[in-house]
Amino acid sequence: MSNTDFVLAVEDLTVSFDGFKAIDNLNLYVDRGELRVVIGPNGAGKTTLLDLICGKTRASAGSIKFKNEEMTKLPEHMIVRAGIGRKFQTPSIYENLSVFKNLEVSFPRGRGVFGALAFKCDDEVRNKVMEVAEMIGLSDRLELESGLLSHGQKQWLEIGMLLMQDPELLMLDEPIAGMSARERELTADLLLRICKNRSVIVIEHDMAFVSRIAHKVTVMHQGKILAEGSMEKVQADPKVIDVYLGH
Amino acid sequence: MNAIKNWVTRGGYASFVILALILLVAFPLLMDIFRLNLVGKYLTYGFVAIGLVMLWGYGGVLSLGQGVFFGLGGYAMAMFLKLEASDPESTAIQSTPGIPDFMDWNQLTELPMWWLPFKSLPLTLIAVIAVPTLLAFIISYAMFKRRVGGVYFAIITQAVALILTVLIIGQQGFTGGVNGMTDLKTLMGWDIRDDSSKYILYFVNVGLLLDAILLCRWIQLSKLGTLLLAMRDKEDRVRFSGYDVSMFKVFAFCLAAALSAVGGAMFTLQVGFMSPSFVGIVPSIEMVIFAAIGGRMSLVGAVYGTLLVNFGKTYFSESFPDLWLFLMSALFIGVVMGFPNGLAGLYESHIKPRLMRRKPDAPEAAPAASTELHSSVATSPTAPADIGLSGKVSSQSA
Repeated sequence: MSNTDFVLAVEDLTVSFDGFKAIDNLNLYVDRGELRVVIGPNGAGKTTLLDLICGKTRASAGSIKFKNEEMTKLPEHMIVRAGIGRKFQTPSIYENLSVFKNLEVSFPRGRGVFGALAFKCDDEVRNKVMEVAEMIGLSDRLELESGLLSHGQKQWLEIGMLLMQDPELLMLDEPIAGMSARERELTADLLLRICKNRSVIVIEHDMAFVSRIAHKVTVMHQGKILAEGSMEKVQADPKVIDVYLGH
Repeated sequence: MNAIKNWVTRGGYASFVILALILLVAFPLLMDIFRLNLVGKYLTYGFVAIGLVMLWGYGGVLSLGQGVFFGLGGYAMAMFLKLEASDPESTAIQSTPGIPDFMDWNQLTELPMWWLPFKSLPLTLIAVIAVPTLLAFIISYAMFKRRVGGVYFAIITQAVALILTVLIIGQQGFTGGVNGMTDLKTLMGWDIRDDSSKYILYFVNVGLLLDAILLCRWIQLSKLGTLLLAMRDKEDRVRFSGYDVSMFKVFAFCLAAALSAVGGAMFTLQVGFMSPSFVGIVPSIEMVIFAAIGGRMSLVGAVYGTLLVNFGKTYFSESFPDLWLFLMSALFIGVVMGFPNGLAGLYESHIKPRLMRRKPDAPEAAPAASTELHSSVATSPTAPADIGLSGKVSSQSA
């Protein structure tokens, strides 16, 4: 495959589960600093796409290039170390640890067994934790056991855990599901701030939210890309209206 | 003095100090050497139990084959002692003098190559740790890299225990077979059977056990300990934070194996023989029961659990030999159903709150003392009682 300037270049990607093609010959390019939103009806393959990029599911064919490096053969932790962060759909945090510990553990140092044994929480780590906690609005909750946070705060915490690693590509699977209107506002602001120096892919259903944050929208349907472009453009697309927005 | 007091109360080492006092002072004063030697034997299982706390309680990986590593450590030690006991003079009546008696009975005429390193004590001591750890590494690397876990992993460890037992019994000429290695007499000329050496071995054993607890405690408090707990609950999140989850499990498994092996070697030294009956499935499961009853999140608790079950075993099997197995299984089922965190959990949830109530100023003093950001979770009154993670572990395992 050719080299590109894109931070992420997905080309001819296919994955089939027992003959069913969840992703079918898909091409997707994400620019540096772009905030891309992927929408589509249930079963369109949005989450599978993220699973493929982060290595949770292995591709049957095609290539995923991150900064022109092939990712499809790498183990998951190496993909993360290359700079791709993934947030899961349900908040996935260490509920029994404090907010501080959750962020500290995510700091990208001491990732080997013996590195972890020798790891010290020094000023560099502490400052980074403070900085991220500030960004996700949990500065005053650092010592709370994270299982006691509200649903929205848990989502933010997980985003914070990813920010600890300064990934160049951040993938968020339905980050505002189950959030209150106020929390959605704050999350939108957060995402707009985050994408200043990195690329972000967001899967979302909420159209008001999408139009608020998206630079560009990709509409998926049955494992393929149905349309791509600005929010206005895809909303006006008759194919999109037919399969998705019209319903 | 104050520094020590601080270390004990803040680090949550009070229960460690109590255990050390019981093992180093109370038992030697109160028991005759026969009983003390028996306690020493039980404590060798304590190594396995604290290994299981790290592997099972912290790492979330259940192994039903710890007897394998206990046995390998024990056999490595026994091989050295057996060679020393088989010098040409004392084996002059054999058709081939100078080799262990069981080899002679099985028509072997020379020492097998792989026995040769066990003529040297330093090589033997290395082998005690290295052989079981290497085996543990191979098994766990092969399994965890393929994401085999949970029940499947437990079954495989059982299979390994069975295979090793069959191998030891089948290769009688090389291993001593079902009788094991008996008639072990001296260590570098030092008679290990008389009372004074039994005292010395007891203290060496306790010293090693306490060191092992401190080592594990240090690991628990490091980022590695946090990661083990994190993995147990949210494996995917750890993996997608850039950690190679399988290597952390491999580490926990190797650590537990190495600890078990030390226990096995101390067992051989104190009991004076090693046999396949300490390797197989039944002893391996018993070792899991020790850890479960003591509390699988608590290092100190695991040692108490080991002692309690073994005292019970000795007492009941002397008094009601037929009933013992039923009692033991009832105890296990009872623990799993009634108090899943074992004795340590029972102490945490029932006894400690009462002690705290009696000293009303104690809980208030605690948060002020903990200046560490993350350790204050330990005293958070809203925290659920049964979780026992982060800061709370310090109080529980200590």
